[in-house]
Amino acid sequence: MSEYLVNIQHERLSFFTPAGEVKALNDVTIQMREGEVLGIVGESGSGKSVTAYSIMGLTAENGKIVGGSVEFNGHRIDQMTEKEMRKIRGKEVSIIFQDPMTSLNPVYTIGNQIGEAIRLHTDKKGDEVRKRTIALLQLVGINEPEKRIKQYPHELSGGMRQRIVIAMALACQPKLLIADEPTTALDVTIQAQILELMDDLKEVMNMGIIMITHDLGVVASMCDHIAVMYAGEIVEYGTTDDIFYHPRHEYTKGLIRSIPKFYEEAYERLVPIEGQPVDLLNPPKGCPFAPRCDSCMKICLSRKPERTEFSDEHYARCWLNEKAQFEEEAKGR
Amino acid sequence: MAKYIVKRILFGLLTAFLVATLTFFIMNLVPGGPFLSEKAVTPQAQAAMEAKYGLDKPLFQQYLTYMGDLLHGDLGDSLKKRGFTVNRIIAERFPVSARIGGFAILLAFCAGVPLGSVAAYKRSKMVDNIIIVFSTAGIAIPSFLSSTLLLYFLSTQWGMLPSLFNLNNPQSYIMPVIALALYPMCYIARLMRSSMLDVIGQDYMRTARAKGVSTTSSIFKHALRNAILPVVTYLGPLMASLMTGSFIVEKIFTIPGLGHEFVGAITSRDYPLIMGTTIFLATFLITMNVVVDIVYVFVDPRIKLR
Repeated sequence: MSEYLVNIQHERLSFFTPAGEVKALNDVTIQMREGEVLGIVGESGSGKSVTAYSIMGLTAENGKIVGGSVEFNGHRIDQMTEKEMRKIRGKEVSIIFQDPMTSLNPVYTIGNQIGEAIRLHTDKKGDEVRKRTIALLQLVGINEPEKRIKQYPHELSGGMRQRIVIAMALACQPKLLIADEPTTALDVTIQAQILELMDDLKEVMNMGIIMITHDLGVVASMCDHIAVMYAGEIVEYGTTDDIFYHPRHEYTKGLIRSIPKFYEEAYERLVPIEGQPVDLLNPPKGCPFAPRCDSCMKICLSRKPERTEFSDEHYARCWLNEKAQFEEEAKGR
Repeated sequence: MAKYIVKRILFGLLTAFLVATLTFFIMNLVPGGPFLSEKAVTPQAQAAMEAKYGLDKPLFQQYLTYMGDLLHGDLGDSLKKRGFTVNRIIAERFPVSARIGGFAILLAFCAGVPLGSVAAYKRSKMVDNIIIVFSTAGIAIPSFLSSTLLLYFLSTQWGMLPSLFNLNNPQSYIMPVIALALYPMCYIARLMRSSMLDVIGQDYMRTARAKGVSTTSSIFKHALRNAILPVVTYLGPLMASLMTGSFIVEKIFTIPGLGHEFVGAITSRDYPLIMGTTIFLATFLITMNVVVDIVYVFVDPRIKLR
């Protein structure tokens, strides 16, 4: 077994649609240790969800891994059959989806839905399942669990439903929890509670978390490492401090500039990143961010930048860094 | 829920009353009468007959008399089938129609639901296309044609099944049941396909998959119960129409059912029988709709009857 819980190497994933091949992931490499929290940040369509889903083999039917490898907890996910995957899903890796309003089945009780996850992956039966369900509900901070297990999703509030979804995901003590924008659909106060809960649970259960979000505030408070994705590529990867204090990619800088600032002058306008996301049906030849980049150079439009490594844990793909490095080397000579 | 059911029953009674009233007056507006067609009837004899059944009285008085009897559950005497009360005709004919109709509904439901679900799960694949073509054909083909084809091939050509209906011979049920079930089966398959497609795309189906639920279990446990509501809605009126008998199918297979009787009553102006069968059909339909509403609550816990 490798030292990593998740080891994705040069993954390429495409969706085959009637309009053509959509290259959703281009050369994505992620390594994550046990118990680590990784944030994946990016705008809609940047491939952050697809990356995480491919660890569970949950990509849509027309999506195929066309290159590279995906390894999780010693399993080669890209080589496994659907049946083998099923044994891992919900047991070793679980997921929390964005909208708790729609991610629970409306016609079954809470107890039934959490119990299902327990029954699928353990030998527990009858009363044992019930006890475990109640324990899980207590763990995620639901009051009166005995009463709740008989209730239906529509009888609970959004925050409570998200707690239920988390309880369901934790049913078999997974090694990895994928949280796909777990707070986007919730009220701000509830968001904080859910994040706090996840932070606590991470310690209790000793599991790794992949946090997918477009909210930098969310990742800042929780994550050890952050991967910034753009157009199916990781454009910058580093520790949370690296990303926030020493961003090296123009897109990351743009994201940070666009965070509303509380303590500065009240009339300051937000700085948006102008332009449109890339069409992945016809990806550009050069750097995918070049058309929207303020510091775009000639080379950016014609050639893809390679990784520039700043430390073992921090790299970015931007020609500006290459240029800076080259200039430094020239000076030194 | 009890309050809701009581309310529905009261509304149902009102509806049945309106149906009875409208039918009574419209039926009497139609030219002709029950004793006109018979040969060599003297005017005196006809007047005597009309007097015997109260048809000589003013229409409104006839109506009052009829409604008074109806309140006691008395549907009157048939004018054409001497010695038979309408109550007796319905009591004898309805079970025959109900039995064949019941089997047909069972077949339509048990075949239509899986067909639609399979089509949805294999959408745009070969199986789906075959099911779509088959179900469209089943909806388009009228029952007199399918009944005739069944009779021609299964009975006349290959001699596998008896062509005449016989209450005590199970084999003779097969063709009428298939002929009756074809249309609703195909309709249910199409309903099921579209609502299943909708459900398959829902987030909770993805949650189930992420939990490690197998495809079979996700169809039967998670999708079916959500997708079946439109079919339940359709089943109410379907039960009413199939169980009270189809004129065409009963005529072709010589089944002594209620549908046969219903149409016969209209052509022969058998006023009490027209009234009786219409009121029976209306009441049955209203009851089935209430039953469907109650079934909803058990299928989908979000539905509350108020």
